[in-house]
Amino acid sequence: MIYRETGQFRTSYAEDQAIFRLREDRIGIIVILAIAWVGIPLVADEYLLRAILIPFLILSVAAIGLNLLLGYCGQISLGTGAFMAVGAYAAYNLALRLPEIPLLIDFLLAGLIAAGIGIVFGLPSLRIKGLYLAVATLALQFFADWAFLRVHWFTNYTPSGSVTAPPLDIFGWLVDTPLEKYWLCLAFACATALFAKNLVRSRIGRSWMAIRDMDIAAEIIGIRPMHAKLSAFAVSSFIAGLAGVLWAFVHLGSWEPLAFSIDMSFRLLFMVIIGGMGSILGSFLGAAFITILPIFLNQVPAMVGIQLSTAMVSHLEFMIFGTLIVLFLIWEPHGLARLWQIGKEKMRLWPFPY
Amino acid sequence: MAELGPVLEVFLGGLMSGVLYALVALGFVLIFKASGVFNFAQGAMVLFAALSLVRLSEWLPFGVAVLLTIAIMIALAWAVERLVLRPLVGQHGLILFMATIGVTFFLDGFGQTIWGSNVYQLDLGIPASPWFLFENLFPGGILVSPIDVFAAVIAGTLVVALSIFFHSTKIGRALRAVADDHQAAQSVGIPLNQIWLIVWSTAGIVALVAGMAWGTKLGVQFSLSLIALKALPVLILGGLTSIPGAIIGGLIIGAGEKLAEFYIGPLIGGGIEYWFAYVLALAVLLVRPQGLFGEKIIERV
Repeated sequence: MIYRETGQFRTSYAEDQAIFRLREDRIGIIVILAIAWVGIPLVADEYLLRAILIPFLILSVAAIGLNLLLGYCGQISLGTGAFMAVGAYAAYNLALRLPEIPLLIDFLLAGLIAAGIGIVFGLPSLRIKGLYLAVATLALQFFADWAFLRVHWFTNYTPSGSVTAPPLDIFGWLVDTPLEKYWLCLAFACATALFAKNLVRSRIGRSWMAIRDMDIAAEIIGIRPMHAKLSAFAVSSFIAGLAGVLWAFVHLGSWEPLAFSIDMSFRLLFMVIIGGMGSILGSFLGAAFITILPIFLNQVPAMVGIQLSTAMVSHLEFMIFGTLIVLFLIWEPHGLARLWQIGKEKMRLWPFPY
Repeated sequence: MAELGPVLEVFLGGLMSGVLYALVALGFVLIFKASGVFNFAQGAMVLFAALSLVRLSEWLPFGVAVLLTIAIMIALAWAVERLVLRPLVGQHGLILFMATIGVTFFLDGFGQTIWGSNVYQLDLGIPASPWFLFENLFPGGILVSPIDVFAAVIAGTLVVALSIFFHSTKIGRALRAVADDHQAAQSVGIPLNQIWLIVWSTAGIVALVAGMAWGTKLGVQFSLSLIALKALPVLILGGLTSIPGAIIGGLIIGAGEKLAEFYIGPLIGGGIEYWFAYVLALAVLLVRPQGLFGEKIIERV
């Protein structure tokens, strides 16, 4: 009733190719953006910004990166954490060793370095696929963990191995309050989402999907697997690298190599599976879910009067994540994003089911 | 000759720990061979089996505890088959793989919730003091741990038994048929669900053996679950479908990483054990995608 396309005619190619073709969708996205940019900063306190919103936005960016690779190109990666680490340490070293470069340029350069590493470790994907590729990307994860722990040049020979990010100075704008950090992350998240959405609607995104659905058939209709796979690895690790920079510089401030361990990679994989493989919206939904669930588990039992030990909460978290992964794979392989899609279909007919 | 002693000791130690990796890899191979599922949960099963055994043997005689743990592992196999695999029949391998990651997380959490998350000592009655071999050949002899020898003997027995099982029994042949094609196997009358139950139970028992070996060595604790990650490169090296490959891959990786640590380690800061196995496996993958002993992957359109 409310959400209906009746009477909305698309009379030009530009209108037909718009991301949001329905007036309701356009209004919806404007409302969401207005809430995110203006509404939340008005009401949110420091805890909400620091503990929930900033990590959520950064993890959404990383999840978009992984989703491009796994959900659109069908190449599994268990090394997303490593790409984030590469980005973070690249930005740290650039800022440290070449202070004349503006920090924002550092961020992008760090993303490019992560993309380069992504291409190198994407090379095996040309010969191997599926499970074998998972192992190849695990190799990167372990190698990166080791390199950033043991090769002290990366950490500037600090005795503890943990490093501290320089102050966030974006072209003269000093980002230091939680609110400013939130806006910075939001800007990155919006830009990444727009970039990714347009990418997957373009020729290159379509070639990724063809490779995902059946690589041999894609090759026969003229898609070069090398270009498609390596570009997916490059773009995905660029975005993951950027997310790593944000995670390190904006969220953590000072960090050690363990911040980007295999746990991070698994967490991102879960976000993509639960949120929805092959959906940009799904990356956000998955990131929100995985960020909020532990906090929910920590606080709700206490509110109802059940005292759980910290160990118990972490075990519960493990069990719930595991169960959800299996349930989503069985019942809704396209994740939360698909549930939203079904909801929209229902809304078109509501309240007259004919 | 003075140099050879320590090198030989490192080499032998590597071989022995390789056998332990192989014990875990064996469980992977079993399940992959028989159901085409790359079971990431094998490490979690090792932890779960070891935890169950340790906690049960606290108030039951050891033999009873072992039997009870075997029963638990069979129940677990049944649950996995029923709740996870059956709804996902015929799905893409990657989906099944991700489902087993889910199972891993569930088992890690579940095991520690019911059995506790401390470090437990597992005592199998094997002397802990090391043996010294060839004392007349080298000064000080070569140090070998009896636990490692015990694990090696067990692993050898398991490999022989499983190889015979796969090649010469009716069930073994059915298992191989299921691995080739779920639907085709089902259509010639192989009961898919029973086969899966059998193979997951066997893998559960192999996990118990691996858990006993690792648990005696390191104590039963959460990190047992992570040795699965160490077993993955062993698997890739040996080939996903080869039982002897798992053992030989384990030996190569075990000895290789210890020797690499011994020779190259000091030059670049040490700790290369952490990734050596993976890089070795990656190098093998690029040259021989099917691993050293795996069946060649032929893709038909």
